[in-house]
Amino acid sequence: MTDLIAEMADRLFAAHSGNTGLWAAVEEAGLPFALLAEEAGGFGFAPAEALGIIRIAAGHAAAAPVAETVLANHVLGAAGLDPAEGAAVVATEVLPAEDGRLCGTLRRLPWARDAGTVVALTAEGRMLRLTAGWSIRSGSNLAGEPRDDLTFDLPLDGLTTAESPFAADTLLAMSAALRAIAIAGAAEAALALTVGYVNDRVQFGRPIGKQQAIQQNLAVMAGQTAAARAAADMVSEAFPLALSAPELFRLKAGAAKLRAGEAAGVCAAIAHQAHGAIGITREYRLHPLTRRLWSWRDEFGSEAFWAERIGAAVFARGDGGLWPWLTRTGEAA
Amino acid sequence: MSLIDFAPPPPEAPYAALRAEVRAFLAETLGPDFGAPARARSWSGFDAAFSRRLGRRGWLGMTLPSRYGGHERSALEHYVVVEELLAAGAPVAAHWIADRQSAPLLLLHGTEAQRQEILPRIAAGTCFFCIGMSEPNSGSDLAAVQSRAEKVDGGWRLSGTKLWTTYAHEAHYMIALCRTGKSDDRHGGVSQLLVDMKAPGVEVLPIIDMAGAHHFNEVRLADVMLPDSALIGQEGDGWKQVMGELAFERSGPDRFLSAFALVTELLRVLAGAPDAGAQRAVGRLVAHLMVLRHMSRSIAGMLARGENPALQATIVKDLGTALEQEIPEIARALVPVEPSQESPDPFVLTFAHTLLAAPGFSLRGGTREILRGIIARGLGLR
Ligand SMILES: Cc1cc2nc3c(=O)[nH]c(=O)nc-3n(C[C@H](O)[C@H](O)[C@H](O)COP(=O)(O)OP(=O)(O)OC[C@H]3O[C@@H](n4cnc5c(N)ncnc54)[C@H](O)[C@@H]3O)c2cc1C
Repeated sequence: MTDLIAEMADRLFAAHSGNTGLWAAVEEAGLPFALLAEEAGGFGFAPAEALGIIRIAAGHAAAAPVAETVLANHVLGAAGLDPAEGAAVVATEVLPAEDGRLCGTLRRLPWARDAGTVVALTAEGRMLRLTAGWSIRSGSNLAGEPRDDLTFDLPLDGLTTAESPFAADTLLAMSAALRAIAIAGAAEAALALTVGYVNDRVQFGRPIGKQQAIQQNLAVMAGQTAAARAAADMVSEAFPLALSAPELFRLKAGAAKLRAGEAAGVCAAIAHQAHGAIGITREYRLHPLTRRLWSWRDEFGSEAFWAERIGAAVFARGDGGLWPWLTRTGEAA
Repeated sequence: MSLIDFAPPPPEAPYAALRAEVRAFLAETLGPDFGAPARARSWSGFDAAFSRRLGRRGWLGMTLPSRYGGHERSALEHYVVVEELLAAGAPVAAHWIADRQSAPLLLLHGTEAQRQEILPRIAAGTCFFCIGMSEPNSGSDLAAVQSRAEKVDGGWRLSGTKLWTTYAHEAHYMIALCRTGKSDDRHGGVSQLLVDMKAPGVEVLPIIDMAGAHHFNEVRLADVMLPDSALIGQEGDGWKQVMGELAFERSGPDRFLSAFALVTELLRVLAGAPDAGAQRAVGRLVAHLMVLRHMSRSIAGMLARGENPALQATIVKDLGTALEQEIPEIARALVPVEPSQESPDPFVLTFAHTLLAAPGFSLRGGTREILRGIIARGLGLR
């Protein structure tokens, strides 16, 4: 089952590596509903299977709001709201309301210009399913992915809302989790690209990959990639905890984001070093991966952000000690 | 890429009761006076009585068949016990090598007589082993061993020098890697022999480490006469067998828990008023530990299913030892004290001990560079 989904996704993203027609293909394959519960009309994939799609998309540097839409439909479904038509995005900030009007700005919303639906929370913890009523200021991240500011000013009356099963903090943690998963995919792809390159590139009469210095660096990169992947797997398995044990989920998501984020920096640096000058050209296909790694590690909480949160939780754990706490974090999944 | 693929770890819940049982046993057995400096010595803390007690509880030789005195528990139950022992800093040195690698090696390759004679004693916590791999001219290049066993009437005559042999001075047996063949084939002509440490000609000379501790030794083997029955497995299979033994050695949770006593101490010292910097440093450490544990448990699961996670274990050992070595650096960045082996302060002592032990973390069981060479081979680069 897992392999089938992964193979299908891999074929789909590989076939649209130029990104033309990509979103239509993603929709046609039903990928936006990958994480939607069966009761809400989804396929009933295990979270780890569904989230594997996001890792694979990232490995192809797919320029489309796959992660964003998958998450949006998941949270809409959990709140009992209809899934989005087309692309959608979840805001992790609360949207303020005053005198019966929603008014405020959501900053750097991924792919908002392409999204027909925006999911946001009110200060009262209502989930809003918004389909119109904003103005856009376009922006982008280091990798050229849309990150747009949306300004709202519209009456609350008549909007589609529901009690949100997730706090804003949990939405942030879920978004961070998706970035951790994406980092794992991009790091893995960068590793494969780099291994291929050092096997091909000849200097001093033999492939540079035969040089021990290169081998040792790539071994470090493989270790960091494996750690990012393990972090991604850890949080994928933990995804159902976002509903059942949100505090534990936020810690696991934060830990995964932190670990993957740290790996991202090391992997990007080693990949570029091993490639030499060709690696920093626009033409060569390393930068779509490394610029994503550098962007994603700072989105939805950098390593420092999550480290502080996890540290605070550890110090607040009460007695019992770190070890029992650590083993408990592995328990519920 | 399979070497970065870690299968989902087995669920923890079925093992929670065992975990609690081990934890309660350790709290009671080690007692409140077993402080951080003692815990920091864990891996090198030798306590034969403690090992016997573990044996009586059925927590040694856990996975061995009952006909050899074992308990037929799963590899995952064994993992839980080992993890709890290390996290508590229990003095595991006496039985450590026997339980971790010698028993599984003998079960796989030993003769029936060797198994019947030795495995029940390992499971009882009364028979200790040492590893006879390294020599003066054979460290990373293990195939360069020069110790040699000559076939003589009724047995073998073994001569050579083994080095860095941990707890040779307390061990009942050594499993020695030595040349037996005439062939100059580096891998083909070696075998493993079971050496009774009381045999005439075996001389153990202590080597004191820079912390002043005695754990490893030089072992001189001068015309040691061993019976035919000392051969483990087939003559000439030593290389294959020792690689399997190293896989056992590299795949346990000691890859990331060696410096755990200092982590616990650090948390205790900072607990009063951790500032944002302390929270960040500790949070980062904990995130790393969570992911390493995930990887480590995944490997335990692969082992339990009979898969071969050698490459994954190499990656986790490399990542784990790097983190362990970073821990004293993190500690000193947060708590400005001078490390001292004379201090009455448990944090200072634990810091000093961990700092002095840390260089060994990425040497023992295969150096960092050797591990990375193995990973590079897994990537197809060599
Ligand atoms: C605490 C501790 C306990 C030990 N206990 C035991 C024991 O019980 N039994 C036992 O048999 N051994 C034991 N050892 C020995 C251990 O296995 C060796 O130290 C290890 O294999 C390295 O060998 P060496 O010390 O001779 O270093 P060397 O092999 O000489 O290496 C020195 C340096 O050169 C590097 N190097 C060597 N070859 C290469 C290469 N091809 N490419 C790149 N770099 C290279 C190494 O990585 C290292 O940095 C123990 C070691 C320690 C530290």
